[in-house]
Amino acid sequence: MDLRMLGTTFLLALREIRRHVLRSFLTTLGIIIGVAAVVTMVTLGNAATRSVEQSISNLGANLLTVRPGQGFGRGGGSFAPPFGLDDVATVRQQIGGVLHVAPQTSAAVIAVHEAQNWSTTVAGTTNDYFASSSLELESGRLFTEEEESAGKSVCVIGATITTNLFKQLDPLGRSLRLRDISCVVVGVLKKRGQAGFGPDQDDQVVMPIKAVMRRLTGRQDVGSFQVAVDKRFETKNVSAAITALLRERRNVAPGTDDNFNIFDAKQLSDTLAGTTRTMTTLLGAVAAVSLLVGGIGIMNIMLVSVTERTREIGIRLAIGALRREVLLQFLVEAITLSCLGGLIGLLVAFAATMGLAPLMRMSFEFDGSINLIAFGFSAAIGVVFGYFPARRAASMNPIDALRHE
Amino acid sequence: MTESASTPLIELRGITKVFGTGAAAFQALRGVDLDIHEREFVAVMGASGSGKSTMMNILGCLDTPTSGSYRFRGFNVERLDQDERALLRRRYLGFVFQGFNLLARTTALENVELPLVYRGDTAVKRRERAMAALDQVGLAPWHDHTPGELSGGQQQRVAIARAIVTEPQVLLADEPTGNLDSERSVEIMELLSGLNRDRGMTVLMVTHEPDMAAFASTIVKFRDGQIASREAR
Repeated sequence: MDLRMLGTTFLLALREIRRHVLRSFLTTLGIIIGVAAVVTMVTLGNAATRSVEQSISNLGANLLTVRPGQGFGRGGGSFAPPFGLDDVATVRQQIGGVLHVAPQTSAAVIAVHEAQNWSTTVAGTTNDYFASSSLELESGRLFTEEEESAGKSVCVIGATITTNLFKQLDPLGRSLRLRDISCVVVGVLKKRGQAGFGPDQDDQVVMPIKAVMRRLTGRQDVGSFQVAVDKRFETKNVSAAITALLRERRNVAPGTDDNFNIFDAKQLSDTLAGTTRTMTTLLGAVAAVSLLVGGIGIMNIMLVSVTERTREIGIRLAIGALRREVLLQFLVEAITLSCLGGLIGLLVAFAATMGLAPLMRMSFEFDGSINLIAFGFSAAIGVVFGYFPARRAASMNPIDALRHE
Repeated sequence: MTESASTPLIELRGITKVFGTGAAAFQALRGVDLDIHEREFVAVMGASGSGKSTMMNILGCLDTPTSGSYRFRGFNVERLDQDERALLRRRYLGFVFQGFNLLARTTALENVELPLVYRGDTAVKRRERAMAALDQVGLAPWHDHTPGELSGGQQQRVAIARAIVTEPQVLLADEPTGNLDSERSVEIMELLSGLNRDRGMTVLMVTHEPDMAAFASTIVKFRDGQIASREAR
């Protein structure tokens, strides 16, 4: 059996398929739907995973947020002492792999500028906050060292504040009033858009923490602090180091629960991405079942075709076709059918994902490996489900086959 | 070297064929001895059930005898396996059937090319040889017609072109004129005689009709699974 024979057999198979266009199309429909479903599901699922990861990394992928109290939603029966600026300084000094540590203390205020007023949040922090949250300036500057250490009444404002309080005016150098203090705008932040989780970072007035402590909250405690972790370090390990340090500083007895919690965006991202990945696998598996059903459809039609073409098989055997040549002919036909179905399925999947991704607000990305796997699978189905009918054809007795009506 | 002195092309000795087993067993052939020489034109006659079709199937290497020996060009055919017999058919034998047995929805040219596909000829060579064979049966202009678009006589001529395209040594025709009117039948018979006479092809033909048998050089008559007579003309 040489290559030329294989090529001729393939051409004969194409001719046979062309002779029964409608039937061939209906036969391959199962494969088309199966391949299209698998590829679409997996591609969209991967896109969903990416978009979850993306929206969490907007929050700051390597960001730890440390708060007093026990975890989310748990008030904690025992009193959890607040953090102080000394805790923040110690973490910055003693923990390895930390890029920025930004303390934060916030207060709800009504910001007023001339006749406009706007209900918003004041965040008291340091310049580290802009770096750790990857907030960028649209215009103006950040705080100076002097402003920070003296707790000067200056502020950097988010885009929402600019729009609502200053309208068309340039806010730089103008002052706005927060409760009974007045504060000069030194910088304006770029618009970021909703991150998906957490507070709207466009709708805040950022001031040096000492200014907020002294003039707005009147307390020396730090509500929470953010720790930006160097990408070369595992947030998990840094988180553990911080936990150990804070337990010691806060005198938490061994065996008792922490009286603070560390929120790790990376961990949440991993968990959510893991969940979407599981969903993707599940949907892909369901779609794969339809591919299997498609294979059975091919077998069914090939069996019908073998019966229908009994005389043809008889003629071929009589003029000297070997059994393995007849087997090959029907096998190649089945494989050609399923591969054609696979190809059409890939095209359908491509069109479907191109069309659906924008609707689902996800970015479309062509995934070569799943396309290859699905196509390989459809070819394999042709082999598996084509073999049985082909063997039936090859095992016919030429005399009986010729007599077949 | 005269025909009678040479080794026969086909040599049958004591061929029997039994279908079924036990009480239902039916003995189709009961000890057939037959020699056929190269370039002979043999007509096999006999009533239905006389064993002539079984005989043709064995001669065509489509079936194997229950006992006896069949030598073709000196080979013991009864010892060959299925694939070896297929190769023998491919190389030396051409078949013409009563029902034409052309592939439907397939052009005359493609039908004639079919045996060449299994010989592994290139597409160009297949086309060339198939056209030559169609030309021989006078159907070259109809090469792109499908069997449905051809008359019975034309279909049988396509079938003959398919049988001779490999230039076989022996042409086996099973009632080739059974489905044709007498005028077409004569045309087909003239074609077969021509192949026998001009190309030196050995022709074995089963027929009911004495008019058709008259074209043959030898007439073998079957009765009850045995040869009743063999007469040279």
